[in-house]
Amino acid sequence: MSLRKSHELHQRRFNRNLGVGLTLAAFIVIIFGLTIVKVSGTGLGQPTQEVQN
Amino acid sequence: MSDASFNASTVTAQTRADEASFGDYFALLKPRVMSLVVFTALVGLLAAPVLVHPFVGFCAILFIAIGGGASGALNMWWDADIDKVMKRTKGRPIPSGKVEAGEAMAIGLALSGLSVIMLGLATNWFAGAFLGFTIFFYVVVYTMWLKRSTPQNIVIGGAAGAFPPVIGWVAATGSMTLEPWLMFALTFMWTPPHFWALALFMRSDYDDAGVPMLTVTHGRRATRWHILVYTVLLALLAVGTSFSGIGGPIYLTVAVVMNALFLRGAWQISRRTEDDSEADNFKVERSFFKLSLLYLFLHFGAILAEALLKPYGLGGWS
Repeated sequence: MSLRKSHELHQRRFNRNLGVGLTLAAFIVIIFGLTIVKVSGTGLGQPTQEVQN
Repeated sequence: MSDASFNASTVTAQTRADEASFGDYFALLKPRVMSLVVFTALVGLLAAPVLVHPFVGFCAILFIAIGGGASGALNMWWDADIDKVMKRTKGRPIPSGKVEAGEAMAIGLALSGLSVIMLGLATNWFAGAFLGFTIFFYVVVYTMWLKRSTPQNIVIGGAAGAFPPVIGWVAATGSMTLEPWLMFALTFMWTPPHFWALALFMRSDYDDAGVPMLTVTHGRRATRWHILVYTVLLALLAVGTSFSGIGGPIYLTVAVVMNALFLRGAWQISRRTEDDSEADNFKVERSFFKLSLLYLFLHFGAILAEALLKPYGLGGWS
């Protein structure tokens, strides 16, 4: 069974779809990176008192 | 953009040529204006006396740029009718028929919301709110209200383009002092001579579109004098900024040289007649416009240099 040939529309809009895909991927990377930075910072660290105890 | 193009048999070469690519949607964000926003916001962020995590700083600049781009898309949506008339703007995605006005509005609104929320989350909500206010100012106050109703459109509307360094500073510090407002004032005072010089040599564009540019409402002679007056005020401000917290010897040198050149250009423009300008195809006005781009770049570049050299004891006056 051969694979169905992709519709002409997909070839025509490949550029646009690729752009949207890469933009979404970049957004995920940014959210992930920001989360790492925020979590590694002092904001979510253990309260000083608990550390002392 | 037509849905009919889904049926391969009805697709014509014309439809394909008109179809928007990713680049057309990106063009809605006015990338060239965005580059100015990125640069001035970056200077505001780095000149602030607070160290920002590099990734947070990168995200802050990115979201400020996206906010600037979103306001550009909303501007193109609202101004589609006059963009169609002006030679300078008729190749934009909406007047060229590649993107529909409604799409531009949707993209503009979505990116506005996204950029404000993300800047607030990445840095602080003061910065996020300030970005939201800037978008509102550019789209509602400038584009929808002032642009078509007053010849002072450029003066007041220029404020929107002057906010990014303040947002960058607030993103870093979470507070406001005099220094970011000096950067704001620099761009604010620079905008009128920059745009009026453009209006002098793009005369038919604004006339045809019915935009009340100073050249149309008060005449070209008055515009030439306005350029000179604003340039004198700008020069005083720019050189005065040398002695503030963001100034220093490098900035002072740049300010003195660039303002001398800028004043000379404005003086020449004020002395010229329309016949002089027509004779050499607005050579002086065109070179003044080009110089204005270098002017702003070098001033902000000098502020950046002062800030980057400070940790080594070289920047600023101390």
